[in-house]
Amino acid sequence: MRRLSSAVFRVAAAFLVATITVCGAASISQAQDKVRIAFLVKNLGNRFFDAVRDGGTEAAKELGNVEIIYVGPTSATAEGQIEIINSLMAQRVNAIAISANDTNALIPATKRAMDRGIKVVSFDSAIASEGRIIQVDPSETKLIGAKQVQMMADAMGGEGEFAILSAASTMTNQNNWIAAMKEELKDPKYAKMKLVTTAYGDDQSDKSYRETLGLFKSYPNLKGIISPTSIGIVAAAKAVTDQNLVGKVYVTGLGLPSEMKAAVEAGATKSFAIWNPIDLGYTTTQIAYNLIKGTVKGVPGDEVPAGRMGKVKVGPDGVVVMAEPFTFDKSNVAEYAKVF
Amino acid sequence: MTSLRYEVADRRKAAAADFWLRWEVLLLVLLGIVMLVNSRLSPWFLDYYNLLDSTFNFSEKAIMALSMTLIIVTRDIDLSVASIIALASVFMGLAAQAGAGVPLLVLIGLATGLLAGFANGAIITRFQIPAIVVTIGTMSLFRGIAYVVLGDTAITSYPAGFSWFGQSYLVWSIPFEFVLFLVLAAVFGFVLHFTTTGRRIYAIGNNPVAARFSGIPVDRYRLVLFTLNGLMAGLAAVLLTSRIGSTRPNIAAGWELEVITMVVLGGVSIMGGSGTISGVFIAVFVLGMMTFGLSLMNVPGIVMSVFVGVLLIASIAVPILIRRMLRR
Repeated sequence: MRRLSSAVFRVAAAFLVATITVCGAASISQAQDKVRIAFLVKNLGNRFFDAVRDGGTEAAKELGNVEIIYVGPTSATAEGQIEIINSLMAQRVNAIAISANDTNALIPATKRAMDRGIKVVSFDSAIASEGRIIQVDPSETKLIGAKQVQMMADAMGGEGEFAILSAASTMTNQNNWIAAMKEELKDPKYAKMKLVTTAYGDDQSDKSYRETLGLFKSYPNLKGIISPTSIGIVAAAKAVTDQNLVGKVYVTGLGLPSEMKAAVEAGATKSFAIWNPIDLGYTTTQIAYNLIKGTVKGVPGDEVPAGRMGKVKVGPDGVVVMAEPFTFDKSNVAEYAKVF
Repeated sequence: MTSLRYEVADRRKAAAADFWLRWEVLLLVLLGIVMLVNSRLSPWFLDYYNLLDSTFNFSEKAIMALSMTLIIVTRDIDLSVASIIALASVFMGLAAQAGAGVPLLVLIGLATGLLAGFANGAIITRFQIPAIVVTIGTMSLFRGIAYVVLGDTAITSYPAGFSWFGQSYLVWSIPFEFVLFLVLAAVFGFVLHFTTTGRRIYAIGNNPVAARFSGIPVDRYRLVLFTLNGLMAGLAAVLLTSRIGSTRPNIAAGWELEVITMVVLGGVSIMGGSGTISGVFIAVFVLGMMTFGLSLMNVPGIVMSVFVGVLLIASIAVPILIRRMLRR
């Protein structure tokens, strides 16, 4: 047995060496003339990121000679993304655009990639500044807050009582947006609008629904609800429809077209917004392309040409902020509902 | 079941079929096929630096597979290893936040693993509860502690020198992690196949009762093996935490099954008593090279796990079918 297993080892070693040398001779570096940009997302099977990829593909077609690689780990972990970064490095892609599962854990890997001349940008969920060249934010807090107040004003005719239905009271995102809404409300043009209360649905459909019914009871003159969460807005719109309050109470906020299509068609929601993942993918691809071609360095103050998005400006810390959230209403919700 | 257990009695005359049907040989053929197919499909595969870099993806799991082999050979199983990594990583993170230096961090990582493994072994042997039950429990327990401590935050304040373990290269661009795996594989192979201790481990796996009657302190062996397995998980935690420089409660999620996959593909019977380190050693490369090749073709992870599943079932079913055909 022992003699056999040592024989096995010898065969093993010989086999490995033979395979490597034989195949290694038929060597590698075929000239890759295409510019390859990889989108590494948090995890696959997420429609938001699928839409980001579609935006990337659109930009790639416009630029010509650009290939988009779309990859992501099975579960949303940093280790999974690092494995993929290693394989992208091995493939010598020209740029990697990442929506990171961990702000810091990817830095050693992306630094290595950048050392080898690969341009690393992050989008949506950022990598800390030393691990990437540019971060593309889909929007910023102030714009997100202001947009929702504007939509509310539009739906309720600029006057009356309205409420906010948020997620959990501890959520940083929502709290920042609500603070921004209150800031926007100070503008004299909203003088006739009154924010009566903020309710919390904890991002659970049933709780959000019950909280909405509670709002109807407590505030009979309620004319509108802003829900800055994709779960709350669906529940609130459903409550409006179920209680036959369509036309009396309007719901707006942040939601996904695919989930809000019914509410818009029923009339419970006039318009709602979300950052546009297609534009996000489009802009990110344009920026990565410009970095690869060397037209910009990506330092703060640079203006990067980004096709139909015009020029985008690199801000402090290498952050690019895109425009205000994209608005959806009857005219376009059905079309986008197919996308995300 | 007509099981081919590890042979202790006299040696039969080796026939050609014995050689070609040996698990290790089949795995080598499989590895050769994987290498050939990958090098055909991707121009980036057979590159010295790429292949060595790809070992980062599996070295930590491979190190755990070595001690897991011993556990499975003795008819036990340990499902808590990935959670031990999380726990050890959390304690290292807390120590790093408190300003601990590199040697202390490593020590804390290893000690946490050791103690967690000892806890597993002590509960299993003291109360005679099946290992699968206990380690399912500690799997939730250890990771639960990590979640309680960290919530949705991460610890990233590791000292500069700490990154050496998971990110450095030794000579000829060979990663330190990989060298460590090779050395440990040699040690484990020697102990299991060339010492009395190894013999006894097989004896326990073949028949724990008979082993007990032959004077082998079965429970002490199991306790030591579980402690060792915990220590290896602690070592993996040091390497992984050093490699990514960050601790999150979901670190190494799902790794227990990947480690067990390596061991089972390596020909270690889940019923205990048979299997070799060399088999597991080759299986590590089969899986590592296959996933690396697939990732070079940007195959999504979900599809990759389909491949691994098919490979695992096929590689176990095919030899059984061939043996059955030969016997007729």
